[in-house]
Amino acid sequence: MKVLVTAKRVVDANVSIRVQSDNSGVDLNNVKMAVNPFDEIAIEEAVRLREAGSAEEVVVVSIGITNCQEQIRTALALGADRGIFVEADGDLQPLAVAKILKAIVDKESPGIIILGKQAIDGDNSQTGPMLAALAGLSQATFASELTIEDGKAVVTREIDGGMETISVPLPAVITTDLRLNEPRYASLPNIMKAKKKPVDSYTPEELGVDVAPRLTTLKVEPPSERAAGVIVETAEELIDKLKNEAKVIE
Amino acid sequence: MSSLVIAEHNNESIKAATLVTVAAAKAIGGDVTVLVAGADCGAAADAAAKIEGVDKVLLADNAVYAHMTAENVAALIAEIGKDYSHILAPTTTAGKNYLPRAAALLDVAQISDISGVVSEDTFQRPIYAGSAVATVQSADPIKVLTVRGTAFDAVAAEGGSATVESVDTVTDTGLAEWLKDEIAKLERPELTAANVIISGGRGMQDGENFKLLEAVADKLGAAVGASRAAVDAGYAPNDLQVGQTGKIVAPELYIAVGISGAIQHLAGMKDSKVIVAINKDADAPIFQVADYGLVADLFKALPEVDELLG
Ligand SMILES: Cc1cc2nc3c(=O)[nH]c(=O)nc-3n(C[C@H](O)[C@H](O)[C@H](O)COP(=O)(O)OP(=O)(O)OC[C@H]3O[C@@H](n4cnc5c(N)ncnc54)[C@H](O)[C@@H]3O)c2cc1C
Ligand SMILES: Nc1ncnc2c1ncn2[C@@H]1O[C@H](COP(=O)(O)O)[C@@H](O)[C@H]1O
Repeated sequence: MKVLVTAKRVVDANVSIRVQSDNSGVDLNNVKMAVNPFDEIAIEEAVRLREAGSAEEVVVVSIGITNCQEQIRTALALGADRGIFVEADGDLQPLAVAKILKAIVDKESPGIIILGKQAIDGDNSQTGPMLAALAGLSQATFASELTIEDGKAVVTREIDGGMETISVPLPAVITTDLRLNEPRYASLPNIMKAKKKPVDSYTPEELGVDVAPRLTTLKVEPPSERAAGVIVETAEELIDKLKNEAKVIE
Repeated sequence: MSSLVIAEHNNESIKAATLVTVAAAKAIGGDVTVLVAGADCGAAADAAAKIEGVDKVLLADNAVYAHMTAENVAALIAEIGKDYSHILAPTTTAGKNYLPRAAALLDVAQISDISGVVSEDTFQRPIYAGSAVATVQSADPIKVLTVRGTAFDAVAAEGGSATVESVDTVTDTGLAEWLKDEIAKLERPELTAANVIISGGRGMQDGENFKLLEAVADKLGAAVGASRAAVDAGYAPNDLQVGQTGKIVAPELYIAVGISGAIQHLAGMKDSKVIVAINKDADAPIFQVADYGLVADLFKALPEVDELLG
């Protein structure tokens, strides 16, 4: 079985974002970039499936500007076998990404496709279910446990109120939640080895996909600021303020 | 203009998130239809018919829609939804599961987690863990939207008198099999519905110590929440996680205990009306959003607070 995973290039989770003064977007100049944390979890799960003998090959896809190849190399250093880079400039929206991934699924016929539940830049949380719809596959989103047995994936999902376990026939699209696994770090020898692993490149045109955006971002603004608060000295003062000043407790 | 709102329900009654989603549909304007899909959910459809401002309720009552399985529900929404200008669902784990699938079947974009309606085709939404707010305009014939639960004032659950119509379309894709649920029995209010929330972080040191929070929660009628670090460490179950990738809450009072205030945590609670932080590190970023900060050891402060509340 082949596993298809993704490595979206996003602003590193530890960077604090600044909105550009002309409100056209966020400032990405000289900002540290990384593999989307949920995609790191997807890559880790795929590599573990191969290590456990459930899969033979892990193929990683990244879609975007030329620099996305850095994120493919990171995934290869983490254990993916082969990369696919789809070069696309401009505003790539989840529906367009899902269409590109659908074209790659058609080419590669993976037995399982693992995506992140959400990209931490746009916070859309759409691509996995969209890809599943376009490819006519089942989906298991927000996975916190995954077992492969008899051509099926049994997935425990993090849902409001608790957990749900479902069984989906393979191939299927899985999206990762935080507790699925703890991704490993890439070792120096593996980073060296990753440089020799093959990466194929495509354009959306070659894949026959129209990536024209459906949404236009009119402006991006900073959120409203909270007014500064006060430091209280004691628990007594705190309760007094909550009762008599803020009037939020009785 | 006409909106289709996908209801979230427990077969008997309608969940609060649906009332917020109807409010967003009202802000867009035009007729509002509510779709109640599920198995043995007739009572929920009757409840939906009483929601203020709802014109019509569609009831899709069939075993194939039990557990809101994304494959079947998305196919149903795509079939019914093509006659509407807007399709809306709450930003819950259920809505995030089936709605993008329905949008792709309709070949339209989804706008996730809207926090404001500017016009019938233009919406606001937070991005980058709430570090920025984007205003986006859709060129698609159908606008598919998930609605942030804290961003609109819920419409009244009573006061409407809509008609209930049954939907005959039955789509069984046979693509997924539900095995089991493990839903925690709630002894306290649900996070997204609570007026007061007290959350613990890594500073709690272990799950046993959450009892200190629970004691205060019980006196305040509060829900208990947690940071990701506390959930990852096993101090609290995952559905208590507040933040960018957990629950978004905006209670009257949010008390953060032993939580540093990472941007991903703030994303889930900074719209709360009053924020209290208890942390022993005076430089913790949580104090920058707190209305009242108490620099103290939580193991001393929590029992004191408990005592003072009587
Ligand atoms: C992709 C991604 C998604 C994420 N999503 C979320 C999310 O949804 N929600 C979320 O919360 N986080 C999320 N995070 C994690 C986030 O970045 C932080 O790591 C996390 O919020 C830290 O939790 P914490 O404040 O409990 O722990 P820490 O940052 O370790 O802070 C512990 C605090 O406790 C204080 N403390 C310790 N002992 C005591 C004591 N005895 N008395 C008083 N104070 C004490 C310390 O001073 C410190 O400030 C996410 C991260 C990533 C990368
Ligand atoms: N440009 C991209 N390249 C590769 N994978 C992507 C890209 N955009 C989104 N994805 C995948 O889709 C997931 C969800 O993204 P989103 O729907 O944008 O929140 C991500 O975690 C990735 O797995």
